[in-house]
Amino acid sequence: MNFPVLSVITFTPMVAAAIMLLMPADKKNETRGVALASATFALLLSFWVYFSYDTAAAGYQFVEKYNWLPALGISLHFGVDGMSTPLVLLTGVVMFTGVLISWGDDDKHVMAGIQDRPREFFAFLFILASGVFGVFVSLDLFMLFFFYEIAVFPMYLLIAIWGWVQTREYAAMKLTLYLFIGSVVSLVGALVMYWTNFQNTGVLTFDMTVLENAGFSQTFQYIWFLPVFLGFAVLGGIWPFHNWSPDGHVAAPTAVSMFHAGVLMKLGAFAALRVGIMLLPEGAKQWSWLIMIFAGVAVVYGAYIAFVQKDLKYMIGFSSVSHMGLVMLGFSTLNEAGLTGAGVQMFSHGVMTALFFAITGMIYDRSHTRQIPELGGMSRIMPFAAIGFIIGGLVSMGMPGFSGFVAEFPIFMGVWGAQWMVAVIASISIVITAAYIMRNIRQVFFAKMPEKLEGHITDVTMLDKVAIVTLCGFMIVIGLYPRFMVPLVSTGVENILRLLGGA
Amino acid sequence: MFNSTTFLAILPEILILVVAMLILVAEPFWKAEQRRNVGWLTAGGLFAVMIISLLFGRPGDPITVLGGMVRFDWLGFFFKMLFLFAGAATSLLLMDNDRVGHRGEAYLLLLASLLGMDLMAASADLVMLYLAIETTSIPLYILSGFMLADEHSTEAGFKYLLFGAMSSAVMLYGFSLLFGFAGTTNIYELKTVLAAGPNTLVMVLGIIFLLLVGLGFKVSVVPFHFWAPDVYQGAPTPVAGFLSTASKAAGFAVLTRLFFVAFPGFSQSWTLIFAVIATVTMTVGNLLALPQTNVKRLLAYSSIAHAGYVMIGVVSFSVLGAASVVFYLAAYIVTNLLAFGIVMAVSRIIGSDDVKDYSGLSRRNPGLALMMLAAFLSLAGMPPFGGFVAKVFVFAAGVQAGYVWLVIVGILNSIIGVYYYLNVMKYVYLFRMPNEDEEKHPVPLTRPYTIALVILALGVILVGTLFAPWFSWSDMAAMNLF
Repeated sequence: MNFPVLSVITFTPMVAAAIMLLMPADKKNETRGVALASATFALLLSFWVYFSYDTAAAGYQFVEKYNWLPALGISLHFGVDGMSTPLVLLTGVVMFTGVLISWGDDDKHVMAGIQDRPREFFAFLFILASGVFGVFVSLDLFMLFFFYEIAVFPMYLLIAIWGWVQTREYAAMKLTLYLFIGSVVSLVGALVMYWTNFQNTGVLTFDMTVLENAGFSQTFQYIWFLPVFLGFAVLGGIWPFHNWSPDGHVAAPTAVSMFHAGVLMKLGAFAALRVGIMLLPEGAKQWSWLIMIFAGVAVVYGAYIAFVQKDLKYMIGFSSVSHMGLVMLGFSTLNEAGLTGAGVQMFSHGVMTALFFAITGMIYDRSHTRQIPELGGMSRIMPFAAIGFIIGGLVSMGMPGFSGFVAEFPIFMGVWGAQWMVAVIASISIVITAAYIMRNIRQVFFAKMPEKLEGHITDVTMLDKVAIVTLCGFMIVIGLYPRFMVPLVSTGVENILRLLGGA
Repeated sequence: MFNSTTFLAILPEILILVVAMLILVAEPFWKAEQRRNVGWLTAGGLFAVMIISLLFGRPGDPITVLGGMVRFDWLGFFFKMLFLFAGAATSLLLMDNDRVGHRGEAYLLLLASLLGMDLMAASADLVMLYLAIETTSIPLYILSGFMLADEHSTEAGFKYLLFGAMSSAVMLYGFSLLFGFAGTTNIYELKTVLAAGPNTLVMVLGIIFLLLVGLGFKVSVVPFHFWAPDVYQGAPTPVAGFLSTASKAAGFAVLTRLFFVAFPGFSQSWTLIFAVIATVTMTVGNLLALPQTNVKRLLAYSSIAHAGYVMIGVVSFSVLGAASVVFYLAAYIVTNLLAFGIVMAVSRIIGSDDVKDYSGLSRRNPGLALMMLAAFLSLAGMPPFGGFVAKVFVFAAGVQAGYVWLVIVGILNSIIGVYYYLNVMKYVYLFRMPNEDEEKHPVPLTRPYTIALVILALGVILVGTLFAPWFSWSDMAAMNLF
């Protein structure tokens, strides 16, 4: 038995959370130290997984399987494929940078980071991270739900306690209810799959590698695909169930927004892919037109709503809806190009949006406003943040040379192959995105700084810079050297295509 | 007739009696102000009973002993262990209750009712069953009205007595009809007689209805739930906690055994009745919990709702269904005792059960708030706590039995649940005390509370993560029914 790296990655944040909760409340810096140490540890391990994944061998790797409840066929079955490996890395990255961003130095007059009860904050954030890792690596349907719910509920507390005072209660409850409803709808679908498989084969198992080949009947898949897929896709921010997401982004504290948009939304998309498309491929074929419409609307509509926002965080929130729409659009093509693009887009968008939220948080902490017209001239004082935001903007627009291009181009290629009209319509979003990103960069970073902000703005901290560099690094590396990620994702796509019957 | 197996079958009951006698003897030797120490003795004694029974008293193949009165099987045994656990936790939680904790009688009454519950879980005969139910109920009537000077408590005791006596009388009528038709009071013989005899469906349904009145009262399902909120609110909180956990579980132990064993031939009819009851119970319980501002009343309605979820397992009428009922009750007992324990510990300091007064609790005692979070999230059905796994098992059983609609009702209801449980947590974590001076108002815990709450909190997590042992026990218990 090899080193059980996946379970170590998954449970590291959980253990760290338990340790932090047992520490005295006034040891704030020690708590932060534990948080950073365990986040670094998890990041290094996920790097290790990423680089030692054997693309030639493909399939599920680093597999661990422990019987958990044999009587019902529940096992702790971990393994990653080409789709989930980048997402594990993404979670590691966002977790690491999230801790840096929320370090919260008590001495400064800048109210950056988390100063109120950092112990509880990091503990809840890490429990959430554990859940996220767990979903990405679980090959057991029951455990997938287990970790999925673990990833959802700390969100309520994180937003309600440390969020933006004006909307946090409303947003936190809305988010929790949306996500909970979505997940339990999928749960019913999963239970039905479980029993149908039992009836057909006489094997009680939640193991997805078995259920993948269960051969559910056409009508069964036709009925249950939509509830399962859409139930998870709620968390992926699919239109028309995206409503919770911008509210949640805006109300959440910076690190939670990063997690939320960067990782949690991928969680929904990933689970929709893993459980919806991979277990019910025939259903996916039948309903792909509907998913394509939903996703197409999300792409254009999200971009347009982002365009008219005055609040910087709402703008990024809706741009996330738009970009996650591209992921779903990629899924709905069910062809190689589209799925590969969607896989890369999940990573690219995760890093990009984490960066956006991090920088927005830095700006808000210093200027105490997120209203775009009230901001200006930030590049003079915080050049690092400005450069970071511009790089993120270029990714968002899909500029060649950055990860956004590597992701979006195949998606559009795939959509063109499936339904060229949708590709034409969806590409409008690129123009709108470019417009609002450019406009914001001009206003926030280069316009004249308003009088009242003059003298109040300080540069970002060293930790912030480390976070920005880390996040930007990924976007540039993937953009310039797509082989960093694309071959890996394609191995995952091959498996999906095999399940789809070589379509 | 009385051999070693008989002795083993009622080993926990004998040992409970021993503990009770120890208390009677020891209590007068303590000075009045030290009399709360009886709680240590009770809890320790019950814990010892549990260990001894687990070591020596485990059942083998199910057998009926004592002239067909008592069944010695895993179903009864597992429930007995749960009751002993609940009893030990409750006696710890009783200790620092200002008005009950120093009264030795309270512990004795608790043990008496525990004895009744153990017999309820093991009864194989209607006569024994009725005796056991009354042995359970009468001490609980007294305990509910234990705080004589408090009119809420008196009302609670009296209300509980009236409702209890009434429904038990109706159930007794059902028993007598059953005996009249079948000519036997043994549950296991009833099955064969009912299957063979020329029984009309109407007659059996009538009897089932009469039985349901009594058992529905015990497990507090709608429409026999009216007593629950008032009694929970008025009774001393540890007693309310005990009522809503052990007493309810005992009711379900009887319900499953009676219906699964005696009426399998009529399952099509009674599962349908139960499905309707489950739907109404979940919905009414959750909807009425929504507007509550008193934590104890909120927990009362939530415990009604939980009875509805358990009913889904009963409706499934399968091995998995029964196993999920047992598992759910195990998870629920631990969780709800934790919730009530926290309410006790808090109200002892702040002198209120109002949700509003929980504001700032997370700053006044972070550890306590964290345990409360665990309890409420478990009630809401969130992992990694017991409530999640329990709900999934119950829902899985429901789907297996083809009751997808009932499972969907259950799921919609658990969404309502999430709302009001999180709403309480909002006060605990988000809101602050009026002057924001939480540091000056700590909520300290005494030792018995700390021990009981930490054990319960660990239990909630253990049930929710390492669920295999508990499930295999539940499964063994369920096998005994078929």
